[in-house]
Amino acid sequence: MKIHEYQGKELFRKYGIPVPNGKPAFSVHEAVDAGMSLSPKGPWVVKAQIHAGGRGKGGGVKVAKTKEELQQFAKAIFGMTLVTHQTGPEGKEVKRLLVEDGANISKEYYLAVTLDRAVSKLVVIASPAGGMDIEHVAEHKPDQIFKVWIDSTIGLRDYQARALATKMGFVPSAAKQFPDILKKLVKLYWEQDCSLAEINPLIETKEGSLMALDAKITFDESALYRHPQLMEWRDPNEEDAAESEAKKFDLSYISLDGTIGCMVNGAGLAMATMDIIKQEGASPANFLDVGGSATEQRVKEAFKIILKDPKVKAILINIFGGIMKCDVIASGVIGAAKELNLTVPVVVRLEGTNVDLGRKMLQDSNLKMITANGMQDAAKKVVAAAKGAL
Amino acid sequence: MSILVNKNTKLLVQGITGQAGAFHAKMCKEYGTNVVGGVTPGKGGEKVEGIPVFNSVQDAVDKTQADTTMIYVPAPFAADAIVEAADAGVKVIICITEGIPVMDMIWVKNYLKTKTCTLIGPNCPGIITPGEAKIGIMPGYIHKPGKIGVVSRSGTLTYEAVHQLTQLGLGQSTCVGIGGDPVNGFQFLDVLKLFNEDPGTEAVIMIGEIGGNAEETAAEWVKKNMKKPVVGFIGGQTAPPGKRMGHAGAIIDGGSGKASDKIKALENAGIMVSMSPATMGETMVKALKR
Repeated sequence: MKIHEYQGKELFRKYGIPVPNGKPAFSVHEAVDAGMSLSPKGPWVVKAQIHAGGRGKGGGVKVAKTKEELQQFAKAIFGMTLVTHQTGPEGKEVKRLLVEDGANISKEYYLAVTLDRAVSKLVVIASPAGGMDIEHVAEHKPDQIFKVWIDSTIGLRDYQARALATKMGFVPSAAKQFPDILKKLVKLYWEQDCSLAEINPLIETKEGSLMALDAKITFDESALYRHPQLMEWRDPNEEDAAESEAKKFDLSYISLDGTIGCMVNGAGLAMATMDIIKQEGASPANFLDVGGSATEQRVKEAFKIILKDPKVKAILINIFGGIMKCDVIASGVIGAAKELNLTVPVVVRLEGTNVDLGRKMLQDSNLKMITANGMQDAAKKVVAAAKGAL
Repeated sequence: MSILVNKNTKLLVQGITGQAGAFHAKMCKEYGTNVVGGVTPGKGGEKVEGIPVFNSVQDAVDKTQADTTMIYVPAPFAADAIVEAADAGVKVIICITEGIPVMDMIWVKNYLKTKTCTLIGPNCPGIITPGEAKIGIMPGYIHKPGKIGVVSRSGTLTYEAVHQLTQLGLGQSTCVGIGGDPVNGFQFLDVLKLFNEDPGTEAVIMIGEIGGNAEETAAEWVKKNMKKPVVGFIGGQTAPPGKRMGHAGAIIDGGSGKASDKIKALENAGIMVSMSPATMGETMVKALKR
């Protein structure tokens, strides 16, 4: 789960990581009020709050020197559709702002904690090349990226933090401050079950102290049950409506931009189904895993979500019944099809437990479904059906 | 021959009184697995499907000499269940549970380094040695005893591969689901090493997916050490970056974990890659002829 920058900074404050004074605002009026209450003379920074990076380049971050500018920039950013490399071409409407005191930036750094899957340990990633995309730095200046790994028994050690500080090349006062900030960031990561805690940029001010100018925190979805307070920060505006709807029914769904709707059991098979559709010359409209123990009800809901997508020209149901029996899938499909008035062709490929019963139920249902044998056949048929050739 | 589990395996089921635990304990027993006991704290003395239930893993091991466990304990308590099994001296721990917090798995994995047990999973379908022992949620009847080793991060995609193999007359020595989480026990590499030494395994199919670099690490090892043909498949060739594709570990993150990179690594190691999920079995037939 992602959260907004201002929420991330609230967590930073709670853990004692220095951040600029700032306030969120949900209207232009609130933004001006927020600025006045922070420091009546400015300068202020007005920042669009969306769950995507690259906001500055897209025009979503402005420095205001006067009250008039503050109002002008807040007006310009609030409600704008911000397009960045992470939002996709359709962009994201800005519905929240963060107004902050301006900072005296002397130098920008990068600091993050995340999981290193290769060794199953947390890793600290630090770089003196801050303020830009870390992947870009990794590609072009790999010698500017420093890492230390954290042992889960003894935690981050002071010497590791000191060694990093030396490599980063801070001024002495900032180098002294750094280990404390890093330890707090690791503590936050650990206690809040993060999957990424990133400060980019971490700045050294002209006064020689460190401060987090941005906050990007994501949380492990599997651990949210033990952090009910974080759930309040979920912003439905930032989530795909179909994906949120699917979540309610324990379905794993991701919107894509193709024309073939997919309903599959199991994540691996669902991905492989998308791949084979592509190989047959079309594109999947979604990823959808109905899960290993889907009920008739869930199959029905899955069907509804796919049918709501106007891009869908044909649907492929690919089920390998293990725990999930083919007759259960069949009855869910039949129930949904009768209720929902199918307007697009449906290709069904069933295999596994109770497959004969499932196939027979589909045949006897008088629904116009196209049956397929094997994944190849299914993919060929659904691509043809989407073109109106079946 | 086989790896990890066979007809002599004595199996415990942790979380046996839950709905999934009870159902799969029954299915495994019906397949012929020697299920010697179950564990649910506070329910010791009860029976599920004729299987005695114990209060603790230690208790169950003392009474039954179980050497393997299959875990269905709900995610918030599953990390503890894994450690309990390890402390009780269980040798093979197979964790089916999905949704264990990553931070829990980090300390579990670190702790297990001090033990001699093997962890399979979590978030996996389990292990089956066809005709001998089924430990997990896979449908037993699609398997057939034989000489192909199967190792996979996925559940149903593995069934798909096994089904194709069986249809082509190729039976399986052992099928191991290592699970779809970012932090798990046995990796591709660990399983490949066992298959390499197993006289009952002639060739191996490895089914990977986007996310992480376990496939690349395994490929590097295969290039230098593997004595048997290996066939590969990588799911998620069309998956968009930054999105978790169902499995917690199936995500292209910061430009790494892409299917194309994995396929390249596999091919560089001399692994024959099936580009389509429909040709995994056929690719194995080709690899065996080569």
